[in-house]
Amino acid sequence: MTAYNVEKIRKDFPILGIEVSPGVPLVYLDSTATAQKPAVVIDAMDEYYRTSNGNIHRGVHYLAERATSMYEASRAKVAAFIGADKPKEVIFTRNATESINLVAQTWGRAFLNKGDLVVLTEMEHHSNLVPWQMLAKEKDLRLEFITVTEDGELDQAVYDQWLDQGPKLVAFAHMSNVLGTINPAKAMIAKARRAGAITLVDGAQSVPHFPVSVKDLDVDFMAFSAHKMVGPTGVGALYGKEELLDKMPPYMGGGDMIRKVYLRSFTPNELPWKFEAGTFCIAEAIGFGAAVDYLNSIGMDAIANYEHQLVQSALIKMKTIPGLEIMGEKAAHRGGVVSFTLPGIHPHDVAQILDQNGIAIRAGHHCAMPLHDKFGISASSRASFYLYNTEEEINHLVVSLQKVVKMFS
Amino acid sequence: MDDLYREVIIEHYKNPGYRGSLDPNDISFEDENPLCGDHIKIDLRVGGDGKVSEAAFDGHGCAISQASADLLLESIIGKDVNEIKHLTKTDVMDLLGIELGPVRLKCALLPLKILKAGVYGLGEATDDLLEEGQA
Ligand SMILES: Cc1ncc(COP(=O)(O)O)c(C=O)c1O
Repeated sequence: MTAYNVEKIRKDFPILGIEVSPGVPLVYLDSTATAQKPAVVIDAMDEYYRTSNGNIHRGVHYLAERATSMYEASRAKVAAFIGADKPKEVIFTRNATESINLVAQTWGRAFLNKGDLVVLTEMEHHSNLVPWQMLAKEKDLRLEFITVTEDGELDQAVYDQWLDQGPKLVAFAHMSNVLGTINPAKAMIAKARRAGAITLVDGAQSVPHFPVSVKDLDVDFMAFSAHKMVGPTGVGALYGKEELLDKMPPYMGGGDMIRKVYLRSFTPNELPWKFEAGTFCIAEAIGFGAAVDYLNSIGMDAIANYEHQLVQSALIKMKTIPGLEIMGEKAAHRGGVVSFTLPGIHPHDVAQILDQNGIAIRAGHHCAMPLHDKFGISASSRASFYLYNTEEEINHLVVSLQKVVKMFS
Repeated sequence: MDDLYREVIIEHYKNPGYRGSLDPNDISFEDENPLCGDHIKIDLRVGGDGKVSEAAFDGHGCAISQASADLLLESIIGKDVNEIKHLTKTDVMDLLGIELGPVRLKCALLPLKILKAGVYGLGEATDDLLEEGQA
């Protein structure tokens, strides 16, 4: 294996070379919100529009055939990337959020009934809370939550208690977008299966950052977004086991998702198209495939190792700042996300002052209001790291945070 | 750097002149910006001549929202309540003396929305209140 060459990787991402104001280079520490895109992804989409644009699955002409094979090749790449057996187990959606809503509105509506227990966690992104709240209201379901410990981990004893009550579904984030905690998904899924529950993993933060195999996890559903894994916005995926997807009613109705349509009825298409109604964002789906190729070319193990080093170094350096508190610092397994607070300084002020130093971090509740409530705060600042970040950027972050503290002292 | 955090803003954030609450009061209103959890309550006392005699704000939030509240209250002491109805976004921006992007603008304008909702005796603080004299 060759050594990890971050300088070479940075050159693949055109945006990393920009200055936010004259002489102030961009330091991008917000990849958890959305990752930057390498030229190969941008070019793949550009190239598609220049040479191959046609509507998929419906034409017999040169461009339609070409677009269809590129689109389906992209699906096969995404499926292989997450270790799925069959490409048809990967449904293209707009993003992780839509993937979760799809499961709630089709599988959930069809198979969950009044009084059924759905187990979620306190560290969920709103996208893995609200769809279930909506369904719970409609179907009178019972929602319960695995609590988060002070260290930022899921309380497995609480999980066991809910499992004893026979949940129908267990849905949780593989990695928290606030705490960075990597949950023991494989063990949690095995336990859920023994208890007879279906499982859904929100892979929005795990799939981009470390090797994830749906087969190894033995998960029933997994949701993720291309834009967080160096791919374009507007496309994501739902993985589902074939036997489950087969039993589910369609999601949206329209073209492409049908086999036959009569005036008063239709028969649905087969997998995966059954869930892909209407003309899809074809260029973005192709960009998704290019993103997967790019990540594979670096290697997910290498990316995970590198990020691990970065975040360990960031944690040590950030703790030297007086008063700085890190949310969920002690979690045994954590990814490249550090959410923190500074006493008496609002996260918006922190983010704004860092922005003037060219540093992009996130401030707010990061779509996890209940988790912030749990920690007794309304907002936090979050720095997150990805394959293209450097040790120098962390140093720059730390020096700038020291300036912030000084300004307010 | 730091154009946004002019001395005056940091100063009003760290040492506000009008932090506190007034009990009893003639006008009191509170609201928050759900996006960032900024929360502000404004209390006013109005004299027999219809002019603001005392003002105070309480709550928590970023330097911009808190400094904006302090500067705003400072500017309305002695003003006729009806004049407050005509305050707009521009007045707040003049007080702060900075340019703000759309996200931070919401923080800066929260105090004005709350103040006007209180003065008009409305149930909620809406964005319409940031323009000239609406009710
Ligand atoms: C853990 C987690 N789940 C879900 C999402 C939602 O992703 P998207 O907005 O792409 O649907 C995010 C995005 O921030 C996330 O971090």
